Amino acid sequence: MSKPNDLVQGTLDLLILKTISLEPKHGWAIAKRIQQISGEVLQVQQGSLYPALHRLEQKAWIKAKWKETETGRQAKFYSLTAAGRAQLEQEAENWSRLSAAINLVVETT
Amino acid sequence: MVWARRLGLRLQTVFRRGRVALRLDDEIQFHLNEQIAENIDHGMSAEEARYAAMRTFGNPTYLKEETRDTWGWIWLENFLRDLRYAARVLARTPAFAIVAILVISLGIGATTSLFTVVRSVLLKPLPFKDPSRLIRLYEHGADGKFPYNVVSGGVFGEWKKQSQAFSDLALVSGDGTEYGLSGTGGQLPEKVRASECTWNLFRILGVEPALGRSFAAADDQPSAAATAILSWGLWKRRFGGDPAILSQTIHLDMKSYTVIGVMPSWFAYPAQATQLWTPIYHEESAETMQALDDHEFIAVGRLNPNTTETQATAELSLIVRRLHDEHRDNPFVSDAANSRPLLEDMVGDIKTPLYVLLAATGCVLLIACLNIANLLVARSATRRRELAIRTALGGSRGRLLGEHLTETFLLSAVGGGAGVMLAYAVIQWFVATRQDMSRVEAIHVDGVVVAFALGLIFLCALFAGMVSSFSVRGDYILCSLQDSSRSYSAGPARVRLRKWLLAFEVALTVVLLIGAGLLLKSYERLRASNLGCITNNVLTMRFNLPDAKYSQPVQRVNFFEGLLERVRALPGVEAAGLGSAVPGSGYWGDGGFLVAEHPPLALGQAQYAITRWADPKYFAALRIPLLRGQTFDANQRLDKADEVIVSESFARQYFGDEDPLGKHLLKFGHAHKIVGIVGDTRFLIAKPAQPIMYFPMYDGIMTGGSLAVRSNHDVTPLALPIQQIVQQLDPELAVSDVLTMDQMIGKSTLDASFNATLVLAFAILSLTLAAVGLFGVLSYIVAQRTTEIGVRIALGAQRAEVLRLMLSDGLRPASLGLVLGLAGGAAMSQFLRDLLYGVPPLDSRVYATVTILLLAVASMACLLPAWRASRLDPVQALRNE
Repeated sequence: MSKPNDLVQGTLDLLILKTISLEPKHGWAIAKRIQQISGEVLQVQQGSLYPALHRLEQKAWIKAKWKETETGRQAKFYSLTAAGRAQLEQEAENWSRLSAAINLVVETT
Repeated sequence: MVWARRLGLRLQTVFRRGRVALRLDDEIQFHLNEQIAENIDHGMSAEEARYAAMRTFGNPTYLKEETRDTWGWIWLENFLRDLRYAARVLARTPAFAIVAILVISLGIGATTSLFTVVRSVLLKPLPFKDPSRLIRLYEHGADGKFPYNVVSGGVFGEWKKQSQAFSDLALVSGDGTEYGLSGTGGQLPEKVRASECTWNLFRILGVEPALGRSFAAADDQPSAAATAILSWGLWKRRFGGDPAILSQTIHLDMKSYTVIGVMPSWFAYPAQATQLWTPIYHEESAETMQALDDHEFIAVGRLNPNTTETQATAELSLIVRRLHDEHRDNPFVSDAANSRPLLEDMVGDIKTPLYVLLAATGCVLLIACLNIANLLVARSATRRRELAIRTALGGSRGRLLGEHLTETFLLSAVGGGAGVMLAYAVIQWFVATRQDMSRVEAIHVDGVVVAFALGLIFLCALFAGMVSSFSVRGDYILCSLQDSSRSYSAGPARVRLRKWLLAFEVALTVVLLIGAGLLLKSYERLRASNLGCITNNVLTMRFNLPDAKYSQPVQRVNFFEGLLERVRALPGVEAAGLGSAVPGSGYWGDGGFLVAEHPPLALGQAQYAITRWADPKYFAALRIPLLRGQTFDANQRLDKADEVIVSESFARQYFGDEDPLGKHLLKFGHAHKIVGIVGDTRFLIAKPAQPIMYFPMYDGIMTGGSLAVRSNHDVTPLALPIQQIVQQLDPELAVSDVLTMDQMIGKSTLDASFNATLVLAFAILSLTLAAVGLFGVLSYIVAQRTTEIGVRIALGAQRAEVLRLMLSDGLRPASLGLVLGLAGGAAMSQFLRDLLYGVPPLDSRVYATVTILLLAVASMACLLPAWRASRLDPVQALRNE
């Protein structure tokens, strides 16, 4: 149970920010959403989402609010802050640059 | 805005931690519930659904901890937890905690206070304007015996006229300038220490009077009206701090002076005791101020911005050299100049003692730290099993180390806090005790001192913690779990570490003991050294007859005779004498002379001796032995005075095998016949006797001197009736330095006794600490080896044998430390050389005494645990398993 390494951690942050960029979501919904979109490729252990969520909250990139879900239960909903939105743009850009670069390397050899 | 939100969140995680943690539980529970619900929807049984959900989620407890770690202040939380834990651990062993805190507070307190003194006195710049450009100037005597001689008025005049290197030069009279301050409105007259100075002194130092004005050039001339500036202390004490004192008239030596200013309270120059300043060219005769060979004064210069001290001194040297060449016939004209930074001049004498004391306190602190480390190692040994189990259960090495350091930090902080308070008290005491020390007024606690104390606390904690945590290394977990099944001896590594710590501690103690021994012995030597006269039950006091009232020699001689006659008639007085200065009271002055019967001296050669005056019964009163010849005749008065008495070393140095009696000394323009030879006396107790020539007191040259009164019992009650006699003879005459000879010697040996006492106190403290350390280590070793010893005894080992074994176990580190300490002490004692009197740095008796003392104390400390080991009941010892 070692901590996720930097690459994975940065990627997880990006995934979380992206996932809640459209509407506020609670933890379980975020996990579901990531799983859904990536299919079975991204095997994220659901629990490891929470340290990441709390870290992002401490950095004030996302904010949290306790609300009722559609089923009437209390859940903690996360949404992006202005700083978070800027961070998302930057990280998304970094990611595309990085993946493009890796692609280039992988495909030219 | 982002930072505000972050701060809010952080504060929340600090102050509402419990609530935030509950919310996290809710959040994770919600997640699991949702997953379980989904799994059930997919057709799993409730039980199955729960397990599946847990599987996909991971270990909730671990993840909660991970999450918590992302909250801010986790370090603070950890630290506070460690602190609580450490406090609880320490509270469980209160004796250990109290001893440790006490030891640390003593170490930190002593070191901090000495650091404060050293910093304030030696390191801080002088409180004058641009003090780095101020230098003290000296003449370099032509015979090379006085490379740092005081300056004569004539040489100063030439410097001032010709030198280009200084923005300004000032001249100040040295020690011994005194005025009789007449009483007004019923006050008694009093003698005040004063300083005559050129008008620009205060300007050069960059100091303005707190009240009134400074001297002007016009005040500093023979023809000017007499003016004076008061010290703050004198103004407050004698004149009630009344600002109306300005432009009022006071009487000094029965002449009128107008007070023009009052100096600020912190200002003290040239001496700590200076209470009054007068303009030097107004006070001194033109003759004195022009003499080239009358070395009397302190010269101070302020360097020009682009001149170095070396350049300036070279320039002054050139001027002196030219004067020397122009006056080849006068051997007392110097041939060069010398200089020192003013700060060094003012604190030079106390530099070595202060650094020695600081080093001693540093040793004490180091010993204290070693002792704490030692005690901690012993304790961590008893907690070994606990630590091993915690390591095995996953406590990270970092956390355990952190916990350990927190503990030493707590000890050090509490001890240091107490130490700082102690230091504050010590500094108050120091300042009160050493009012004689220059710059004593500059001593106070400031920010740097506080930072120093904090640094010490931190270093102590780190040192004690790191040293002792060598023994908390995780590598031995398995080992210690294994050997905890049977308690043989502890891992040999740990015992070795403790022994080394002890040896080091003992070595430092030995160094301190040697230092204390040398200083103490030299103090004893100093007190025991023979002044050359009787010092028991002798009272002395000084007085000076003002020129204004006693301008004629005959008036002075009448006063002297009247005074002696009345004092000798006083009941209880066994003998009384009058001299210009009694032995042990200082150098005062010397003079050149020629022997009429000898061939003339070669050009540039000089003969000189200390000059003293004495009445005929002075030698008998002080029991200075008259070796040959006789004392002065009763007719040796005024113009008829033509006799001289010389000291033994004078006779030896200037007459050798010749008989000095009947020869003539040329002095004061005429011949004096040598009528007697007296025993040598010392002008200061720490200085060897020098040649002295005594002239008849009744020749009327001297305007005052010291009255010495001997009694056959306690002489102090005589002080008052004698002062009353002086009052009757002249109500306006003040006496000063009313001291018994023993008090006077005590004053001049204050330094030595102060240093010796303090270093001795530190040494005793260290010895106690080392003994406690030895005792602790051996007790611990015995406890650890209980089973082994039990087995040995059961197998037939003799109890004496066991005792010997354990004793040697304890004494081995002590002996190693002793050897190291003796070597270290021998090296250290070279730095003490300046402070020693009559004791070589490698004095064998001191080293032998220290060795015996240390071995005795070490054996005492080891005996009890060793004896306990030899008394072990083998059955008990083995059953303990």
